[in-house]
Amino acid sequence: MTTDWTRRTAAEIADALAAGEVTSAEVTQAHLDRIAAVDGPVHAFLHVDAEGALAQAAESDARRAAGAPLHALDGVPIAVKDVLATDGLPTTCGSKILEGWVPPYDATVVAKLRAAGLPILGKTNMDEFAMGSSTEHSAYGATHNPWDLDRIPGGSGGGSAAAVAAFEAPLALGTDTGGSIRQPGAVTGTVGVKPTYGGVSRYGLVALANSLDQVGPVTRTVLDSALLHELIGGHDPRDSTSIDQPLPPLVEAARQGATGDLSGVKVGIITELSGDGWQAGVMTRFQESVDLLVKAGAEVVEVSCPTFVHALATYYLILPAEASSNLAKFDAMRYGLRVWPAEGASAEEVMRATRDAGFGDEVKRRIILGTYALSSGYYDAYYGTAQKVRTLISRDFEAAFEQVDVLVSPTAPTTAFKLGEKLDDPIAMYLNDLATIPANLAGVPGISVPAGLAAEDGLPVGFQILAPALADDRCYRVGAALEALLLEQWGGPLVPPEENLS
Amino acid sequence: MPEITRDEVAHLANLARIDLSDAELDHLAPQLSVILESVASISGVAGDDVPPTSHALPLTNVFRDDVVVPGLTPEQALSGAPEVEEQRFSVPRILGDEQ
Repeated sequence: MTTDWTRRTAAEIADALAAGEVTSAEVTQAHLDRIAAVDGPVHAFLHVDAEGALAQAAESDARRAAGAPLHALDGVPIAVKDVLATDGLPTTCGSKILEGWVPPYDATVVAKLRAAGLPILGKTNMDEFAMGSSTEHSAYGATHNPWDLDRIPGGSGGGSAAAVAAFEAPLALGTDTGGSIRQPGAVTGTVGVKPTYGGVSRYGLVALANSLDQVGPVTRTVLDSALLHELIGGHDPRDSTSIDQPLPPLVEAARQGATGDLSGVKVGIITELSGDGWQAGVMTRFQESVDLLVKAGAEVVEVSCPTFVHALATYYLILPAEASSNLAKFDAMRYGLRVWPAEGASAEEVMRATRDAGFGDEVKRRIILGTYALSSGYYDAYYGTAQKVRTLISRDFEAAFEQVDVLVSPTAPTTAFKLGEKLDDPIAMYLNDLATIPANLAGVPGISVPAGLAAEDGLPVGFQILAPALADDRCYRVGAALEALLLEQWGGPLVPPEENLS
Repeated sequence: MPEITRDEVAHLANLARIDLSDAELDHLAPQLSVILESVASISGVAGDDVPPTSHALPLTNVFRDDVVVPGLTPEQALSGAPEVEEQRFSVPRILGDEQ
């Protein structure tokens, strides 16, 4: 095995820490060195906390030496998406309106990381308030895809995915409202999981759309995601939408899947998530993965979810409506930016000027769209209709899961496109989330697993597995099986060429 | 579905308390029209008998026991404020000249 600790999985690092082969200080320093070496061109991080991470690593090593680690992942460093509140560390959500804001509290998931002893390397870049599929809407500059620095790393969590893909962190946290964990995972060749809605606490997550947002793991392997998911998941009394029951055994499911046996598992290919507009190389890799699932003993059938073709439109009414309400709190009064348009201006004038200066284009687009969808006279036609179609999408999932255990599709219709290519064409940008959005609308869990490289451009393709609500374990079992079979075929993980990083 | 005019966008921006410049209005109005046109495709998809979904999973209201738990100190709560005065958020004047 390599002695470069940045190349190891979180599970391997955890084992090495437990065996006394390495210290958390060494592993954390190795990742900080890697960040210093490659994050200039990649720009995955908005803030790096070297001092804090090394102090946390030293504490972790002291616990290990005393024979009292807090958790299996105690001492394994992690990066956190900048939409999660971190006590003492800046939290900007990729927006100028929160520039310099340091939260006085931790999100529950961050508190859980600290309680388990994971050193926090820093905060990762994202589209402003998680609105976007490319990280280009960050007010602090785009993140670049480690596979090709001229291309997007996906979004909104492109920073977390790129950090993990470029070996700057073994683990990261993301958030997924319409695909912001899974789509970056697909285009950077990493693993990303959107848990069941309510399975992971949203307390301290700066809300984009409350009924859709979910925090989840961003890693390079399925097992690492399962380890992190079990750590961050579970009931939180501080989140009233948190599910008050235990998580299914996720690590166990990943280990079971890794044996490569899927006998008795029924897999459904979603008819509506293929066809025109889907890149040929994406479909080829998808079909190869399906064939591997068959080889592993799964029964594969095609399942139609007819309302999924309306999911994108439904989402772009519900999301802006919720977002426009959520972002009303950025009013220049209690935290964040305050802009004075003139001396002695009124609170309302200050509010208008601040929101104009502090929000970027995409945020303004969605706030205005949401304001429109919620305004009197249009409410029934837009928001009300979208809520009804949301019901139909959930019914499609219910009917499908009566026939099969999991549903599969490519995670995104294309590989990573060029930075700037779709920046001023909102509809083209929105289409990236075509396959990931239905899961958010219905609250079901999903995982994206690397499925290889598209022949035409040599860029990563993602394979998406969706399961019924509360059955996240099925994503891990099938995902780990596919991963094991593909790794066997490839002879090892596919990683971005090192020469592309400079 | 109606096209969204530049004046309407200006009105919505006003409701949303965002000062949009003329250039921004020129830029945003046509983009919003295209988005609205594309999302309008869902009209008529769901019949009158379909109930709306506001949350994917069934929810019940959550209460907690009425006990005192530690909260933020005043210093913590005010730590991100643009302006602070006498342990309070200091805000611009609320009333206009005409009031």
